Amino acid sequence: MQVQDYWLILAFFVLVLAPASFLGRFFFNAMEGKRNLLSPLLLPVERLCYRISGVDPERDQDWKTYSLALLAFSAVSLVVLFSILVLQHLLPLNPQQLPGLEWTLAFNTAVSFVTNTNWQAYSGEAALSYFSQMIGLGVQNFVSPAVGLAILVAFARGIARKSSNGIGNFWVDMTRATLYVLLPFCVLLAIFLVWQGVPQTFMDYVQAKSLLGADQTIPLGPAASQIAIKQLGTNGGGFFGVNSAHPFENPTAWSNLFEVASIILIPAALVFTFGHYVKDLRQSRAILASMLILFVAGLALTLWAEQQPNPALAALPIEQVGSLEGKEARFGTVASALWAVTTTAASNGSVNAMHDSFSALGGLLPMFNMMLGEVVFGGVGAGLYGMLLFVLIAVFLAGLMIGRTPEYLGKKLEAREVRLLVATLLVMPVGVLVFCALAVSLDGPAASITNPGAHGFSQALYAYTSGTANNGSAFGGFGANTPFHNLMIGLAMLLGRFGYILPILAIAGSLAAKKRAPVGQNSFPTHGPLFVTLLTLTILLVGGLTFLPALALGPIAEHLSMFQGF
Amino acid sequence: MLKQLRPAIGVLAFMTLVTGVAYPLTVTGIAQLVFPAQANGSLVRDAQGQVVGSTLLAQNFEGEQWFQPRPSAAGFATVASGASNLAPSNPALAERIGQAAIALGEQSSVPVPMQLVTTSGSGLDPHLSPEAARWQVSRIAKARQLPSAALERLIEQHAERPLVGPAVVNVLALNLALQDNSPSIRHEPVQ
Repeated sequence: MQVQDYWLILAFFVLVLAPASFLGRFFFNAMEGKRNLLSPLLLPVERLCYRISGVDPERDQDWKTYSLALLAFSAVSLVVLFSILVLQHLLPLNPQQLPGLEWTLAFNTAVSFVTNTNWQAYSGEAALSYFSQMIGLGVQNFVSPAVGLAILVAFARGIARKSSNGIGNFWVDMTRATLYVLLPFCVLLAIFLVWQGVPQTFMDYVQAKSLLGADQTIPLGPAASQIAIKQLGTNGGGFFGVNSAHPFENPTAWSNLFEVASIILIPAALVFTFGHYVKDLRQSRAILASMLILFVAGLALTLWAEQQPNPALAALPIEQVGSLEGKEARFGTVASALWAVTTTAASNGSVNAMHDSFSALGGLLPMFNMMLGEVVFGGVGAGLYGMLLFVLIAVFLAGLMIGRTPEYLGKKLEAREVRLLVATLLVMPVGVLVFCALAVSLDGPAASITNPGAHGFSQALYAYTSGTANNGSAFGGFGANTPFHNLMIGLAMLLGRFGYILPILAIAGSLAAKKRAPVGQNSFPTHGPLFVTLLTLTILLVGGLTFLPALALGPIAEHLSMFQGF
Repeated sequence: MLKQLRPAIGVLAFMTLVTGVAYPLTVTGIAQLVFPAQANGSLVRDAQGQVVGSTLLAQNFEGEQWFQPRPSAAGFATVASGASNLAPSNPALAERIGQAAIALGEQSSVPVPMQLVTTSGSGLDPHLSPEAARWQVSRIAKARQLPSAALERLIEQHAERPLVGPAVVNVLALNLALQDNSPSIRHEPVQ
């Protein structure tokens, strides 16, 4: 590590953590409709949205109505996006005259963007028109994280309210999330990115004659606006095929710093937003501490792993440093590793280097982050509601140990809530282990694997983990664009999204209806170092242990075979 | 659920206008006004105004007399960009790197810089580290009959050292300077 590497990591943490408390409060005010900095500008827009859509912003919804609203919105989004992708050759803004997408690819892509996964089985510059990128994917890039944020605040209200039927209004929550939380930062980041060199134009691709006389097509498009929301909305779907490794998508070390920090800027702030909902910022600090412990440990391991020279290259007359295969010169090893950890800690899935070519352990950690359910900061809203599930599980385990009814912030956890919690614990194992096992045991689907040995299994494992966790990053060599994988990973993405959302809203509804038990001397404190330790261990054991055998077959076997010669 | 369809369609339509139309148009407007060069692809033109490339996209430079960029897994294709995605344990990677190292190794006794034998993530990496550029100096100096010191100076002039990232030098910029045979290369600086 050199001086600039330490500066990068320091700047990253400062950018993410310094504004978190302030932004958390701002998001709370905005989501609860209190006057804030942006009200003069955005309140008329917000009201117009309600008027056009026939929404009564004062009406509270119970958890069932809230869920139905969410499902209706997701269904409409899916149908619209699927139609745009299949019919893009008939739609405007298609200067390259690209054809419509094949239906399984369109299904996969539509599910991918509606579930905030942004798994990409296509290459943007070669397959999608500007219309599809902007009106199709770009809009989902905004509304899918807004849905995640809506669920988070509904869940927070469920914990905070007492003897209440309602958990908020879905339409209001997602409108405010889009307008106040996502949009303002996107405008700022997009303009910063253009300054650094990201294109933002509606012109056709440019034909260049290179210095040596070769033809070069220069792909352009409204890239900066889409890349900004791709990062801030924990979406991850690149404008260009190779995502933020592309020099147009991420031109400089500075654009890289701001893009990588943007991934968890909002998720980190939302931890404080939650504290404002439950009127107890100690809870926020405890959760943030646990997230930071897991993040820093993962980062340290990945940084170390990526800087080890590859033993397979030891005999060659080359510089013996960490491999730069799949990494860009302007980022180097450190910025690539930092990005890999951040993008998988959150459910972002954008990449600035090719994870497929990472060292075995450097590729293991991103996978492990996703397997935990992306609760280390995590996606906008989605990360924290996943984390709160682990908090409830930790509280439940603590309750078992001391033989008392577990309670969190005065709300008793009873059989119904615990059953729902356990249901969410099954989502990742089913999507990752069952679906992946199915895929690798069939000859046809297994042919998508492009690397030999244990790493080949890692490619498939990564794909199904990424899909179920709604991440969207990939071991890029994996040939994902086949009807089987398009449909199967599409299914995994739906499971990973709604398998969490529906139980969470049910828990929110049942918690909201409960009375608040007075917090007494015998209550188990959910802040402080003891709880942080318990929470962190719960995440590792309950979330991670399930996947150890699968990891042993993939990256761990690859590491041992390379370094120990097994 | 049917009762929720009207707001679902309404909100999606409204958000499409705000985030799918107004937002990218606003950003495009500001970008074209404030940073037109970057917004249109950082294009490089020759004296006749012909586009010869973009400073941000690598071009293939074969031949002893040019600074060579990092190898590209996709053959410098821009549509679509691509990486090798070879695993570190894949024998094909070691074999490819070995061949590249042997091909390059004859030029210098110093070990080949890692950057010059590995393909980048995009296949369009426009940069090299100053070290990887300097490693090529003796070859280019010989081919162009130029003093090595002049080339070293050229690299130093084009080196960028951002606070938060590795030092880099733009290969196309170096080669444009070589093509123009710019005065800074031909003459020793006046003391």
